Amino acid sequence: MQAGWTLRRMAAASVGALPTLLAVLAALGMFGLFLELHGVSAVQALALMWQGAFGSSFALGNTLQRAAPLMLTALCVLLPARAGLIVIGGEGALALGGLAAGALAIMAPTLPAIAAWPLMALAAMLAGGLWIGAAGWLRQKRGVNETIGSLLLSYLGIAVFNHLVEGPLRDPASLNKPSTLPLPDGWMIGTLPGLDTHVGLAAGALGCVAAWLVLRWTVAGFALRVVGGNPQAARLVGLPVDRLVIGACLAGGAAAGLAGMFEVAAVQGSANASLLAGYGTAGILVAFAARQNPLAVILCAVLVGGIGASGSLLQRRLGLPDAATLVLQGLIFANLLAWEALQGRAGQWRWRLGPRPEAAHG
Amino acid sequence: MAEDALTTLAIGLVGGAIRVGTPYLFVSLGECITEKSGRVNLGLEGILVAGAMSGYATAYLTQSAWVGVAGAAAVGLLLGLLHGLVCSLPRVNDIAFGIALMLLGTGLAFFLGKPYIQPQAPQLATLPLGAWLGDPRWASALAINPLFPLGLALTALLHWGFGATRLGLALRLVGDHEGTARALAYPVRRVRVLATAAGGAFAGVGGAYLSLVYPGSWNEGLSSGQGIMAVALVIFARWRPLGCLAAALLFGAAGALGPALQSIGYSAGYHLFNAAPYALTLAIMVTSARPRQTLAGAPGELSLTR
Repeated sequence: MQAGWTLRRMAAASVGALPTLLAVLAALGMFGLFLELHGVSAVQALALMWQGAFGSSFALGNTLQRAAPLMLTALCVLLPARAGLIVIGGEGALALGGLAAGALAIMAPTLPAIAAWPLMALAAMLAGGLWIGAAGWLRQKRGVNETIGSLLLSYLGIAVFNHLVEGPLRDPASLNKPSTLPLPDGWMIGTLPGLDTHVGLAAGALGCVAAWLVLRWTVAGFALRVVGGNPQAARLVGLPVDRLVIGACLAGGAAAGLAGMFEVAAVQGSANASLLAGYGTAGILVAFAARQNPLAVILCAVLVGGIGASGSLLQRRLGLPDAATLVLQGLIFANLLAWEALQGRAGQWRWRLGPRPEAAHG
Repeated sequence: MAEDALTTLAIGLVGGAIRVGTPYLFVSLGECITEKSGRVNLGLEGILVAGAMSGYATAYLTQSAWVGVAGAAAVGLLLGLLHGLVCSLPRVNDIAFGIALMLLGTGLAFFLGKPYIQPQAPQLATLPLGAWLGDPRWASALAINPLFPLGLALTALLHWGFGATRLGLALRLVGDHEGTARALAYPVRRVRVLATAAGGAFAGVGGAYLSLVYPGSWNEGLSSGQGIMAVALVIFARWRPLGCLAAALLFGAAGALGPALQSIGYSAGYHLFNAAPYALTLAIMVTSARPRQTLAGAPGELSLTR
């Protein structure tokens, strides 16, 4: 009886993840079909993707290095989403965060690393936070749709980034690839003990856990969920709706800015166009795949990071364009949303499978 | 001298308004049709890129630019149909699916378009409307692409169609009040799917303009967010086709500011001037939107403006 009850409960819990699993399977199936139509063996390609993402310690390191910024840019989507906003401007916030970190290295190169790291992080979080916070402010105070507004702000941020990196802040020694001055010796952030990945991975995971704790266990998190569920009701019970929404956007933007700082201080060594590698866009996918759950973001970021990491192997071994990973990401995203339609049905199954009071009495 | 440069700049802006504005016109007309039915398609950015690529590839393979335009429209139609059908499923958010379509359309275009970056496809010939003026600056500004008159005709057609035809009325009713449309036995879902598909076809043609007229080649940096700006532009145009035309020309002029300044030898801050359309869009959205208040002319069922 007890075992049956546990089994029922597990089945009920897994039904919730069913649409996500079906969506990923369907997307992989479509991707395979797409490759077969191109005369490429789908089985071989998928095996190569696994190898390129998780098959060796080098591949795993590459995957985790991509997962680190993805966790933070996913938070830039997730936190506003919990307040009911769809914000997609993470790419610009990341760029400006990286730029702020790079600019600090130009302004105060004599600082010791121990003082430079928190200052760089602070500057980056401020830059990213203000940018996405502006999108939230425009939405709450001026009625500007936040999806379009944040994307426009992102384009503007990238334009400012390109202007400064190729102009006033350019290191004259960077000839082919315009960059800011390299970070001073000793400012580069090291790797995690026992891993090939920089400290940003831990920062991303900690950020996700912190977001979960705040959303799940604090009054502010609860208030934010009320706002996201029903803004009218939130206003009626006297919640500071505007402050909560803008605060969520600020926090999300700060996370994306921090991602930019780690890209500069742990990977690139200076702010340059390599920062604009699509982490902001992929972060949207991560947040939606995790169904806006901060703990699930950690897992999804590793998986999406793996897709990105496997791109070069597909390119080298099968001659596929590097956009192959973009196609797979787009297919996964589209499928995730389309299979949402099942969610209502799944709710009924869960109810039917779930532990019923009369069954417990036996 | 300074006056001469100013004239050159002004002529450059006039020509640029048409040259840069045409893709805005097509995408915003398409989004106008879609939004009139009560749906939003943010995926037009992806459809624009997919249209640019498929138009270029079709034109190259058939050696006919017009067949390329038709191919781009067909691809846009299919992607729009996909958006329309998926968003008809229960619980699917049209804004979120638009973001997915943006990613998917761009990814497919980059993947399938790799072999077409090098070869040269035939371009649409321009109509030399300014040649008789004798001034080479006017001649180049008024060398109008044939898609612009087509866009003008479509603007007029839509203006008339929305206001004076049974089809236009059905479309607006579905977008304004779903319940009434259902009570009058209009096929709400079918109208929305068809409106989204038609919007996709328009965006596809806008993409073909980018690859077959101006800038006139296929590469991965071709679109710089025109698709998403066109969506904002429809709000500014208050969902009126004539407003879309005016806004598209204004955006074209803003987009031409960077190149026009370069042509008179002013090239500092190149990236910033090229970002002028984004700033203009944002400024326009701030002035035309109101917090917690529905906009005049907004379709009642539209999720974008709620």
